[in-house]
Amino acid sequence: MIFGLPAISIAIWLPIIFGILVLATGDDRNAALARILALAGSLLGFLATIPLYTGFARDTSEMQFVELHDWINRFNIHYHVGVDGISVLFILLTAFFTPIVVLAGWQVIEKRVAQYMASFLIMSGIMIGVFAALDAVLFYVFWEAMLIPMFLIIGVWGGQNRVYAAVKFFLYTLLGSLLMLVALIYLYNQSGGSFAIPDFHHVALPMGAQVLIFIAFFFAFAVKVPMFPVHTWLPDAHVEAPTGGSVILAAIMLKVGAYGFIRFSMPIAPDASHHLAGVMIALSLIAVVYIGLVALTQTDMKKLVAYSSISHMGFVTLGLFIFNAYGMEGALMQMISHGFVSGALFLCIGVLYDRMHSRNIADYGGVANNMPVFAAFFMLFAMANSGLPGTSGFVGEFIVILGAVKANFWYAFAAATTLIFGAAYTLWMYKRVIFGAVANPHVAELADLNLREKVIFAVLAATVLGMGLYPLPFSEIMHVSVNDLLVHVARSKLPM
Amino acid sequence: MDLIANLKPAGAEIFLLVMACVILIADLLIRQSGRMVTYSLVLVSLLGCALITVGTHAHGVTYAFNNMFVDDLMSDVLKLLTYLAIGMMLVYSRQYLTLRGLFSGEFLVLALFATLGMMVMISANHFLTLYLGLELLSLSLYAMVALYRDSAIATEAAMKYFILGALASGLLLYGMSMLYGATGSLQLAAVSGAILSGSANQTLLVFGLVFVVSGLAFKLGAVPFHMWVPDVYHGAPTAMTMLIGSAPKLAAFAFVSRILVEGLQPLVQHWSGMLVMLAIASMAIGNITAIAQVNIKRMLAYSTIAHMGFMLLGMVSGGIEGYGSAMFYAVIYVLMSLGAFGMIMLLSREGFEADTINDFKGLSQRSPWLAFLMLLLMFSMAGVPPTVGFYAKFSVLNAVVQAGHVWLAVTAVLFSLVGAFYYLRIVKLMYFDAPESRAPIIFGQDTVLLISVNGLGVLLLGLLPGGLMSVCAVSVQQSLLLH
Repeated sequence: MIFGLPAISIAIWLPIIFGILVLATGDDRNAALARILALAGSLLGFLATIPLYTGFARDTSEMQFVELHDWINRFNIHYHVGVDGISVLFILLTAFFTPIVVLAGWQVIEKRVAQYMASFLIMSGIMIGVFAALDAVLFYVFWEAMLIPMFLIIGVWGGQNRVYAAVKFFLYTLLGSLLMLVALIYLYNQSGGSFAIPDFHHVALPMGAQVLIFIAFFFAFAVKVPMFPVHTWLPDAHVEAPTGGSVILAAIMLKVGAYGFIRFSMPIAPDASHHLAGVMIALSLIAVVYIGLVALTQTDMKKLVAYSSISHMGFVTLGLFIFNAYGMEGALMQMISHGFVSGALFLCIGVLYDRMHSRNIADYGGVANNMPVFAAFFMLFAMANSGLPGTSGFVGEFIVILGAVKANFWYAFAAATTLIFGAAYTLWMYKRVIFGAVANPHVAELADLNLREKVIFAVLAATVLGMGLYPLPFSEIMHVSVNDLLVHVARSKLPM
Repeated sequence: MDLIANLKPAGAEIFLLVMACVILIADLLIRQSGRMVTYSLVLVSLLGCALITVGTHAHGVTYAFNNMFVDDLMSDVLKLLTYLAIGMMLVYSRQYLTLRGLFSGEFLVLALFATLGMMVMISANHFLTLYLGLELLSLSLYAMVALYRDSAIATEAAMKYFILGALASGLLLYGMSMLYGATGSLQLAAVSGAILSGSANQTLLVFGLVFVVSGLAFKLGAVPFHMWVPDVYHGAPTAMTMLIGSAPKLAAFAFVSRILVEGLQPLVQHWSGMLVMLAIASMAIGNITAIAQVNIKRMLAYSTIAHMGFMLLGMVSGGIEGYGSAMFYAVIYVLMSLGAFGMIMLLSREGFEADTINDFKGLSQRSPWLAFLMLLLMFSMAGVPPTVGFYAKFSVLNAVVQAGHVWLAVTAVLFSLVGAFYYLRIVKLMYFDAPESRAPIIFGQDTVLLISVNGLGVLLLGLLPGGLMSVCAVSVQQSLLLH
């Protein structure tokens, strides 16, 4: 509660209410109104989340700003939301990106504007709900509801092969979610009739049950992260989604999967997590190394960044499953940083695509001649993606590698190859697109960034640099919660 | 017990019977243009039934007519929902039937008799009463499907429905006669008592049970007794399909729970195994075959089969959780199915049936509001939150897990995933594809209002499902004799 107002509920429902208002503006004759309303809603939504950061008590791992109301009494389900040091950052990240995607689609989206803007606003509220939910059913409802707007965004405003990508996205994620649902119901029955996630953390479970629960959660979360080998939906979804859709997918939705591991798998099934950590680490390293190599061969810019996302998320899951403070905090930093950087890269590709209607690297060359400002921003984000010190990309990767060294030198060795591969695929793409001679007459006609785009990129660049140079505001807030989680995960939950 | 005390619990049935006869005669005296009078009269009768049902509600369980008839909370709730479903069906189908020359007195009267049959089924406490209600319902439905005489496909559907339905009734009756032979009674509680006392011949009982379950499976349309469902759903005029696919599912739930839970609970170990097989087969065949359908009525027919399989899982789990969740599932299914068939009728025009899935192409461009409502209905059928279909699946899964059948829950969710594909395809056609025809969608104010309430109801009940869930659980708890 802040000033007697339910801060989290406002953060969740304000964008959703604005989304409905935007929908009510009707068809494209009122597109201008829809845009302004959407921008206002998303900015207000972001402002509404700031008190969660400023008012957050850094010295406790307890849930804060908790709201608890009866919802479905028959199953003891509550409207129960709250944040700790881990989830608060993701809520801010979500709310931060909503105005950006609204602005990014400002001119580009010409058909069904109101529905486009409304989808993003509603999705923003739903994703904040995922991060804030402390009741398993509430979590599940938000988690699934997230699929509907994203399905429409990819399918309606996407590229050539959008239907295939949208259906693949939906069914892949639904498979995982349904198994998770069975696990949640099982836990409800084991916990003596409570759906509260904190109660789940204290249910004693035999090893067999823990392993099955871990696997059920693994399907749900690994698909979202996405981990090797269930990652194949992501390149399709990214390539076909409109720019805003790609940004939200990369910046927020992938984080939801890793957040699920932190909130559910590890504390609910700690023994199984340790037992299966080897598998998780192996899959993470495969993602880092193998997917990094796959990225190197891509000819489509969006696919390249999509594979780069999978590779970077491999870092996150690696950090989580080496079970030490460096790994965990590094993973969280990497998630936040990757949100900014991958979002920014997709926006850069979007800028080029809006002008040229091509994502092929081969169609570009010498863009720097006509778009110097754009080239400079793109350079910064490309460097951040390859983990250059001074950018946010460096912080997370460095800390995770530190943690990995503590766990096992060879983990660190394999993970560190990303610094080479990451630089290779990102900078090579950058070189082919931006430098060199002007490739064709279309490139020669390119116009540099307009004011709207400059604002977007300036904000993102400031964040990426700021987080790279002074990461303390991000790390201090998660510190206590992370330590508490590690203590909890280290304790066995096997029945005595 | 004196006559009045006997009549009171059956007040609604008697009132409806009288009204049906009055409407039958009144309709002879009016022309086609005056049909609105009888139509309104039918709606008023349903409203009157609802008032009587609420008015005669007594706390606890009341038996009447020598224990052949029972009035309890479950029967009252199910009857009220039946009136609602029938009323909605009538409003949805008025325009559709008028355009096809089917909006006749026979249709209205048969619909009332079908309703009466369902009410008797819901309140039956005796094998004969159950059978009587079932046949009244079935015969009315056969006749209604056959009402569209000019359509070869409808006539074929009516024949199939009648022959297979008669076969099923025969199976059921045969099973009942065996149970009667073994226990010496047709009254549900007496049958149950006789089985518990151990004096009944076990072989005969199990044989009888197999026939009874087969008959029930026929009526529910559970695999492997499902072959009539797609043909009848497809062939019948959409209004009749809507009637077959909606309210009778409520009666069927009552029917199954009265026979299996009240009458044959002592044989639970036998019938629950049969139901598990029926349920899994129905979910598998229903969901997988639905993918191959291009006719949306056939698709929804297979989806019904799958939904009935899911409902049976609730029955298998037993206890208040299980039966309550099955009842909730049936109620939610009826709500969704009314909306889906209502949408098909809304999109149909004179001389044009919107019954292939391609007719939904580009609906979001022709009518964004209708497309949105259909989206809600489809996601609800697929069981995606925040729509109420999710809670229907959720409560059944919870009952299944609570009964210790985690593997059964996993099987059920895997088939739901298969099911999600074809519901998703409808959404895809509506939102991602260009429309095939730009013909304006003509509809009355009443239907569009109703479909809006129906579609948004799926969403609102999804946001606040607690009340209806509790009603179902409480009515099951108070009504079924749970041993």
